[in-house]
Amino acid sequence: MSMFKIFDISGSAVSSQSQRLNTVASNLANVDTVAGPDGKAYKAREVTFQTVLMNTGDGSPGQGVRVSGVTEDQSPGRKVHDPANPSADADGYVTYSNVNAVDEMVNMISASRSYQNNIEVMNTAKTLLMKTLQMGQG
Amino acid sequence: MNRMTNSLDFQAQALTLRAERQRIIAGNIANADTPGYVARDMDFAAALREATGNQAAGSMMTGQMGTSPGQIPIGTGSTTELGLKYAAPSQTSLDSNTVDMDRERASFVENSVKYEATLRFINYDVRNMLDSMKSPSQG
Repeated sequence: MSMFKIFDISGSAVSSQSQRLNTVASNLANVDTVAGPDGKAYKAREVTFQTVLMNTGDGSPGQGVRVSGVTEDQSPGRKVHDPANPSADADGYVTYSNVNAVDEMVNMISASRSYQNNIEVMNTAKTLLMKTLQMGQG
Repeated sequence: MNRMTNSLDFQAQALTLRAERQRIIAGNIANADTPGYVARDMDFAAALREATGNQAAGSMMTGQMGTSPGQIPIGTGSTTELGLKYAAPSQTSLDSNTVDMDRERASFVENSVKYEATLRFINYDVRNMLDSMKSPSQG
């Protein structure tokens, strides 16, 4: 029954999107993180998606999605001149994380919309399967 | 007996194909954010003709598609080994993903309504058959 595979396909997408949402949460939480004693500030993380072929049992491909990796944004952190700050370096600059809050918000909205889409796909598939179960009854 | 089940067989094939198409569209929606993913869809009418082995419709199809079965039909996108076609992108995106969410959502809803319609046809056929088997005294 190929319809059951929809739950695997959409399920993989939902879990990937929630992982994306997790990294967004982590990035937003660290938006004002200052570099520690080692001089390295928090680097924004981003997930990469990859299509994964699923075995559907009847030879036809089912295409799910998975997170192939989490990459760190290597751009330099935001530097603010604040000599009074205890974390300031010798020149009086404080290094913050390189998280761009606007990017993260956009990422968050996109992830949550995709999440909702896939949940709706699963709901529809469930309704159809329930109706299929009642086939011939009335 | 054959004539009684003919319609049921046809609807059963259609239902299987609808379920298949539902799965393909679910795959497209799942991969809406995957870089480089190419959206796919099924030519439902052609697939149904092929599945039900309709001779008249089959000859019409060869006229349309060319003489060789492996020939790529004229139109948007090429055919894969499973008869799936690649959707032509309506808008290009930087990550070369061709999933158009509006189109996929519309196809998904359309396909689920038609799946339900096919289910109703089957139920109607079954009820028809059961009714015709009843004796008049059973009401």
